[in-house]
Amino acid sequence: MDDVQSAIVKTTPPLVLVDQLKKHFPIRQGLIIDREIGSVKAVDGISFSIQRGETLGLVGESGCGKTTAGRTILGLYPITSGRVLVTGISLENASKEQMKLFRRKAQIIFQDPYASLNPRWTVSAIIGEPLRVHNLLPDGKARDERVHELMMKVGLSPRLINRFPHEFSGGQRQRIGVARALASDPAFIVCDEPISALDVSIQAQVVNLLEELQDEFTLTYLFIAHDLSMVRHICDRVAVMYLGIFVELADCDDLYENPLHPYTQALLSAVPIPDPKRDRQRQRIILKGEIPSPINPPSGCRFHPRCPIAAEICGSEVPEWREITPEHWIACHLATNS
Amino acid sequence: MKQERILEVNDLRTRFHIAEGTVYAVNGVSFHLNHGEAIGVVGESGCGKSVTMMSIMRLIPIPPGEIASGQALYEGRDLLKLSESEMEDIRGKDIAMVFQDPMTAFNPVLTIGRQLGEPLRVHLGLSKEKINQRSIELLEQVGISDPPQHLLDYPHQFSGGMRQRAMIAMALACSPSILIADEPTTALDVTIQAQIVELVLRIREQMNMAVIWITHDLGVVAEIAERVLVMYAGFIVEEAIVDDLYGDPRHPYTQALLAALPRVDKRRDKRLQSIPGAPPNLLVAPTGCPFVQRCQFSFDRCRGEMPPLFQVGVNHRAACWLDVITGKER
Repeated sequence: MDDVQSAIVKTTPPLVLVDQLKKHFPIRQGLIIDREIGSVKAVDGISFSIQRGETLGLVGESGCGKTTAGRTILGLYPITSGRVLVTGISLENASKEQMKLFRRKAQIIFQDPYASLNPRWTVSAIIGEPLRVHNLLPDGKARDERVHELMMKVGLSPRLINRFPHEFSGGQRQRIGVARALASDPAFIVCDEPISALDVSIQAQVVNLLEELQDEFTLTYLFIAHDLSMVRHICDRVAVMYLGIFVELADCDDLYENPLHPYTQALLSAVPIPDPKRDRQRQRIILKGEIPSPINPPSGCRFHPRCPIAAEICGSEVPEWREITPEHWIACHLATNS
Repeated sequence: MKQERILEVNDLRTRFHIAEGTVYAVNGVSFHLNHGEAIGVVGESGCGKSVTMMSIMRLIPIPPGEIASGQALYEGRDLLKLSESEMEDIRGKDIAMVFQDPMTAFNPVLTIGRQLGEPLRVHLGLSKEKINQRSIELLEQVGISDPPQHLLDYPHQFSGGMRQRAMIAMALACSPSILIADEPTTALDVTIQAQIVELVLRIREQMNMAVIWITHDLGVVAEIAERVLVMYAGFIVEEAIVDDLYGDPRHPYTQALLAALPRVDKRRDKRLQSIPGAPPNLLVAPTGCPFVQRCQFSFDRCRGEMPPLFQVGVNHRAACWLDVITGKER
């Protein structure tokens, strides 16, 4: 965003507001006496906001809870505790009417373009479904026209309107998924690893499409990904997630050039750079072990068992979520701004 | 003097005869591998990188597969002409493979120890105690803690990263001279990927083993390989020393691929340069250059004739009718 835009943004309320969001999945045992013996703390208290027209990146390793976070924010999973506000509608006490509007305004693009499209439906039925469900264009002909228009927008030939998903390549299917998400005229889209299943040469096509659509319709994205290079390209701000919580949140360039949390530093240093000369020069931090279970997360700082700089305090006290420099948030006892 | 080339593949062509017609998966691939060298094979899905290696290892189901022509000389012996039992002696012992998906590559009902011990029993005929002892060493070598305990575990008790380590341990069991790693880190997180890359590099040095690393990730190749082959639609389109490939790519496809990549170490304010279109349909017999439909420099000759791999520099070859530096036709 340029300066003028960010000045406007600062004065308007955020489009998406998430406050202390938790999503725990209970683990049950026993056939006759059904008991809850624990819970998977997939999302364990995250807070952030996204301004209109902004893209927030959500990165982390598999199992860190980023997909669960995205889905819970859309109301696809019931919230355990916390608050979600999208376009002024609060998820927990929305009326049926409001909920319907919420679903129109908040959409999702899924990771797997092979599994997320119904193989028995034509493109016309898939893209037209939100229009039907929300009764936006009751007239069949008008609906077809709108589907045509959407297909053109995402770079698909409207001639293909009666084809089935299997007749399309992965990149084209993802375009269908994007058109479906756009159909109900949303304000906010959760992009859940939208390019991970695609080949490199096709990834760029889909990312460019997402950026063009954002400019045209002032869309707000939550971009969930594990490809840190792509996140740097597309996002305005980035949140790093580890075991259900945020460890760092900052402006994109600030985070990549000046990562302060040891986990972010390790994560960034692990990303291969397609430039061997540069790659050989840099310092790598190789983390030991793997991400622990979210059923019993480690005490204190959740990252301390793998942290290369962990001190005594890290095992006993939960680090506070603090603003270490303006707009740069971090949860670490030891990080300093130097 | 020891022969420098440990593997030499000449004009390999692999096809699959399926209900819809013939899939031209590998179309005349030639390359070599030196003793102890690490090469990378990069390309998008369907470019034939895995089929090439499976053909060399004779793991292509025939039918529907067919190796229409070619040679794969390992220490001077043509692997494509060996009998099945001769090939079994080489597979796992001289040339070992690590596969992409560590979740499905293990048998779920056998312990890790049993599966790790199999190559030791089959190829080396070791006794039970020796197998146990060697298995423990192998797990230690790949950085799995408490090996005696983990030998009794079943694959589902291992995480993705541990399974891939165990796969590598199994591949190393007989100290192979070539390790073929087929997208070994694609299913793993970057932090685990970094661990695996470091592991393979370390072991390669210790054992002076040659490595063929197959991947779609141009970033990983930059880390692991000394020399890189770029494949597209069943052809090798460029071959170069790693620094040259990234610093001075000479095939329009390689150039476009590198331009399409975002970088973690710098911000690109412009839109990414996407490559229009999609790879060609492999059911159609290739006539000209496979990249012609998507290439911004294409001209008439590209449509009718596949360019050979031209020498464009020291150890640098590119299959393009155009000299992308001077803009002149070859």
